[in-house]
Amino acid sequence: MNKLVDMQEVLSQATTLEGLQDFVENLRDVYDIEHLVYHSVNSKGGQYAALTYDPSWVDRYLEKDYARIDPVVQGAYRRFHPVDWKALDWSAKATSSFLGEAIDNGLGNQGFSIPIRGPSGQFALFSANQKCQDEAWANYTSERSADLILIAHYLNEKALEIEGATERGPVRALSPREKDTLTLLAVGHNRAAIAEQLNISENTLRVYIESARFKLGAANTTHAVAMALIHGLIVV
Amino acid sequence: MIRYLYADQLDAFPKLRDTMLRDRATQFHARLKWDVSVDENGFERDQYDALNPLYVIWETQMGRHGGSMRFLPTTGDTMVNDHFEHLTGGGAICAPTIWETTRFCISPDAPDGGKIAAHLMLAGAELGVGFGLSHAIGVFDARMVRIYRKLGWEPDILGTDGTGREAISAGLWEFGGEIRLKMAGRAGISPELSRHWFLRAFGAPAQEIASAA
Repeated sequence: MNKLVDMQEVLSQATTLEGLQDFVENLRDVYDIEHLVYHSVNSKGGQYAALTYDPSWVDRYLEKDYARIDPVVQGAYRRFHPVDWKALDWSAKATSSFLGEAIDNGLGNQGFSIPIRGPSGQFALFSANQKCQDEAWANYTSERSADLILIAHYLNEKALEIEGATERGPVRALSPREKDTLTLLAVGHNRAAIAEQLNISENTLRVYIESARFKLGAANTTHAVAMALIHGLIVV
Repeated sequence: MIRYLYADQLDAFPKLRDTMLRDRATQFHARLKWDVSVDENGFERDQYDALNPLYVIWETQMGRHGGSMRFLPTTGDTMVNDHFEHLTGGGAICAPTIWETTRFCISPDAPDGGKIAAHLMLAGAELGVGFGLSHAIGVFDARMVRIYRKLGWEPDILGTDGTGREAISAGLWEFGGEIRLKMAGRAGISPELSRHWFLRAFGAPAQEIASAA
């Protein structure tokens, strides 16, 4: 969990797309993985990628238009559930030779991909790739995939913020209820008391906190409160 | 049986697709008089069907639609955030772990609608647990409150507009292992079979492979 908090801090400092490339490389080292790939397509068809693959493999991939047969692209792009590459169909002859070529170019044999839906039809795909045996991969994903799913979504929000916003700050506005919640947390009330004051269940309160946390790109509740204060979104 | 199908997978099941869209027209247009559009084929479709949503469908033994609902992640465009912000605290609810559920529909031809509704609730729980989601969010009218209560999985109400039979609310369903088992009991379907249907659709997600190993 500390890793996640640290990486969120690093990500929140990024102000340029080059900064996101540095972040992805940093993330790869911290999460001890072979490769990470983030690829975004906005509603106007504009694309952006931050990735750790060898540039010669990227060139080769684009030149051969491998997106046509890449099972990760075919199986994950229009969906929105995380998928282990094992669950994809690599059986076609062209697909398995594509995989062989990818491995020759430094990719690992394991992977999972997280499709992301953003506002106004924007979407993105975040993939983690590793070179290891099945058992080691199972251990890796059981420890790290939940973190990487959150980071993938935060990375996407950050990319949207950098691409779209002229002034810094979260892309998505906090709702009045989310502001109420963060304000009461900031002045030190506990969750039960806040739920009672707002006349909502603790379950509902958790959803407001979760949603506010995501909009702010915060790693945890404390971080969300701090960011809301920094951005002047709440005043105590 | 339960099928989990994205819109772009539905074309491989034309009978299932067509009967679902016609049953939706019957339920939402003809019976509930919602302001929805029905095309020349008698299909009810809206803008969210065009976003490649995930459908959870009860398929009858005849291969037709028995009941269904539709899911979209709240990080993207959703009905609740586009049209019902006044029910959700004055703004959008967005989080990777919260998915929206809409178009909860039971076939008017089903002899056992209550049972099918229970199957769908189980499938919803299976989906949430399988993908590590925290909540589903949805908008529903007053008559559904009683139905959800009867099914044993009531949403937490976020906000309500209107009164009596005209009231509409936004609500939250919290996912967890316990509710999954409870819904399996209500549906009369073993948790193992429910899990099998999920895995057949998605394969084992990364985390699940790990915990089974």
